[in-house]
Amino acid sequence: MSPETARNPPESEVTGLNFKETELTLGLPGESRTQAEIVSKNSKRGFSETVDLNLGSSSSSETRGRSQVEEQGESEAPCAGKPPASKAQVVGWPPVRSFRKNALKSCTYVKVAVDGAPYLRKVDLETYSSYQQLLSALENMFTCFTIRNVLNERKLMDPVNGTEYVPTYEDKDGDWMLVGDVPWKMFVASCKRIRLMKSSEAVGLAPGTPAQSASAS
Amino acid sequence: MASKRQKDSPEEEKKQASSFPDEVLECVLGFVKSHRDRSSVSLVCKDWYNAERWSRTHVFIGNCYSVSPEILVRRFPNIRSVTLKGKPRFSDFNLVPLNWGADIHAWLVVFASAYSFLEELRLKRMTITDESLEFLAKSFPNFKALSLVSCDGFSTDGLKAIVAHCKNLTELDILENGIDDLGGSWLSCFPENFTSLEVLNFASLNSEVNFDALERLVARCKSLKVLKVNKNVTLEQLQRLLVHTSQLTELGTGSFSQELTLREYSELESAFSNCKNLYTLSGLSEATSLYLPALYPACVNLTFLNLSDAALQSAELAKLLPHCPHLRRLWVLDTVEDKGLEAVGSSCPLLEELRVFPAEPFEQDVVIGGVTESGFVAVSQGCRKLHYVLYFCRRMTNSAVAAVVKNCPDFTHFRLCIMNPWEPDYLTKEPMDEAFGVVVKTCTKLQRLAVSGLLTDLTFEYIGKYAKNLETLSVAFAGSSDRGMQCVLAGCPKLRKLEIRDCPFGNAALLSGLERYESMRSLWMSACHVTMNGCRLLAREMPRLNVEVIKEDGSDDTHAEKVYVYRSVAGPRRDAPPFVLTL
Repeated sequence: MSPETARNPPESEVTGLNFKETELTLGLPGESRTQAEIVSKNSKRGFSETVDLNLGSSSSSETRGRSQVEEQGESEAPCAGKPPASKAQVVGWPPVRSFRKNALKSCTYVKVAVDGAPYLRKVDLETYSSYQQLLSALENMFTCFTIRNVLNERKLMDPVNGTEYVPTYEDKDGDWMLVGDVPWKMFVASCKRIRLMKSSEAVGLAPGTPAQSASAS
Repeated sequence: MASKRQKDSPEEEKKQASSFPDEVLECVLGFVKSHRDRSSVSLVCKDWYNAERWSRTHVFIGNCYSVSPEILVRRFPNIRSVTLKGKPRFSDFNLVPLNWGADIHAWLVVFASAYSFLEELRLKRMTITDESLEFLAKSFPNFKALSLVSCDGFSTDGLKAIVAHCKNLTELDILENGIDDLGGSWLSCFPENFTSLEVLNFASLNSEVNFDALERLVARCKSLKVLKVNKNVTLEQLQRLLVHTSQLTELGTGSFSQELTLREYSELESAFSNCKNLYTLSGLSEATSLYLPALYPACVNLTFLNLSDAALQSAELAKLLPHCPHLRRLWVLDTVEDKGLEAVGSSCPLLEELRVFPAEPFEQDVVIGGVTESGFVAVSQGCRKLHYVLYFCRRMTNSAVAAVVKNCPDFTHFRLCIMNPWEPDYLTKEPMDEAFGVVVKTCTKLQRLAVSGLLTDLTFEYIGKYAKNLETLSVAFAGSSDRGMQCVLAGCPKLRKLEIRDCPFGNAALLSGLERYESMRSLWMSACHVTMNGCRLLAREMPRLNVEVIKEDGSDDTHAEKVYVYRSVAGPRRDAPPFVLTL
């Protein structure tokens, strides 16, 4: 039976649970698509695209000490692609007992997103004791970047295409700030997530002040 | 002490002169332990049926509603040990509403009069209240072993009653239950002269314990073999416990992270050095690479290592595993990633069972991490004796699964969970039909299978055609039409448990199994296309089955949202709540 004749995900008229909405796709919710379309949209990024971004590496970094983030051998994006913003959680799926939900202590983990990359990594801020260590770790995670300390600004640069990335973070109030402006411990306490924003977009993100037009990734 | 039934008449005795005297037969049958063998024995002839029922001391009931306590005690007068399972397995994943049933109390009341010498009670997915626990503690003076797995309805107050009144308690095993944890003072309720404990497992309780009481308990119970403490026991406290327990065979540590001085660390290390008899190790929550080496001396004889509470990284696992040369069973979190699984492949040649659990199963954003098809293949290359796998991943390929079963053709349990519903082959975008096809074709001993990913009816055609030893099948978000389920029901003669959710199987599929359900333990179907009329038809045609529909709020009256079908000699449930309709 070829994939094209595989059944479309069913819609249960009775419960109203539209399974299509729970699929992970690259499009916005509400767009209808056939199974074949979904399959092609979920194709991983071409290898050349990932090379350009030059993210990820095959080298391990055993010397980094106790970081919870490990190097990946592969750099392809996972098949499912970016889910739509509002994704219904399917009850009882995956079939994991609820006591397993909190296997990772999650309070100090923050997600790190890089503009242009379709995936995230997570870091445990408590494993670092300074901004320099954090930036080194980010550099190791996305090994193309080198840290440029230009005029006391902390930036990461992708040497392949010369794009500069500025590390920014969302604090507890929901504001986007430049990484590095508050004392480290205060940063650890207030940082909810990190975004490596392209320098060009970070205009208007003055040190210590909330962003004017940064959009959360 | 088996009580004797009335002697047969003299004529009968003469007829039986050439066969075994009953006492001999009962004695011989005493060595038959497996309940399936005993079932076979009881079918031979009436004498054997009687000898078997008088000599049986342990009974296993896989579905508490398949039989009533009255029928049980009438058939088996001398039971010392009862194992009962209650709710359908999908209740573990919140698919069964609260107060569905499987309450033990009615059974306890009957046991109190018929089995006053009861010693062991093991329950899984049953409801047991504090009142029932107290009733249990006070009704059975010889009571020795209580095991509660995935149960609910009680609190730690109920444990107090058990601990205070069961003078001969040897085993208290409390695992993964949804209970009210009202504090750890129950541990202090063991009488000071109590010394008989051999098994103590309270790893999944969350509350603080009175450590002094625990330490005194452990010190005076010289026969203690199994000790699994909870996260609130620190490393330093663990070391103090281990001083008393060099004879332990199974250990579950508490939290494995603490600021230790150098001296404390070396004391911990020597405590572990004394644990040469350990063959099972678990716990290790928050374990860090800093303290894991203290464990190494205790791992020399380990056969089962349960790291599913320890978010280890690949490097930490790779350093730990070479210290466990006899490992047969390994449970890990997917934080170890493919690299960690490569280490498993290279360090664990005797491995028979691997379970990889997801650290973040409900993570919605796309996060890198976890294991993939390459970790699976890496394990199979090094662990040729692997026969049990439970593998949670976010991507898989048909060719990887083919490679795995080529390396390990002896799978008896193959449970693959690709966590995104309808996920196709990561490389080819094809359905995962061929993966499960090659599993059932190659693994002729397969007893248990869980399928996932994008699957058409072809998967189920393969299963029906090749999986001749299959007993348990779990299906979710799979199949194209009724034909899928029909193939399985028609083709798998040994099928006992079938659980299905979110599949396009309807009445035709349900009814195609008419002839099968009486030889199965149960069928679960939820979020499929089955209707009330289909269920009513099934109930009408097969009166010895209980056909139950769980009604959800807001669902319409024609659709049967959750259907549970099982054979029973006890008739329809008398304790069904209003949302369970017996048709």
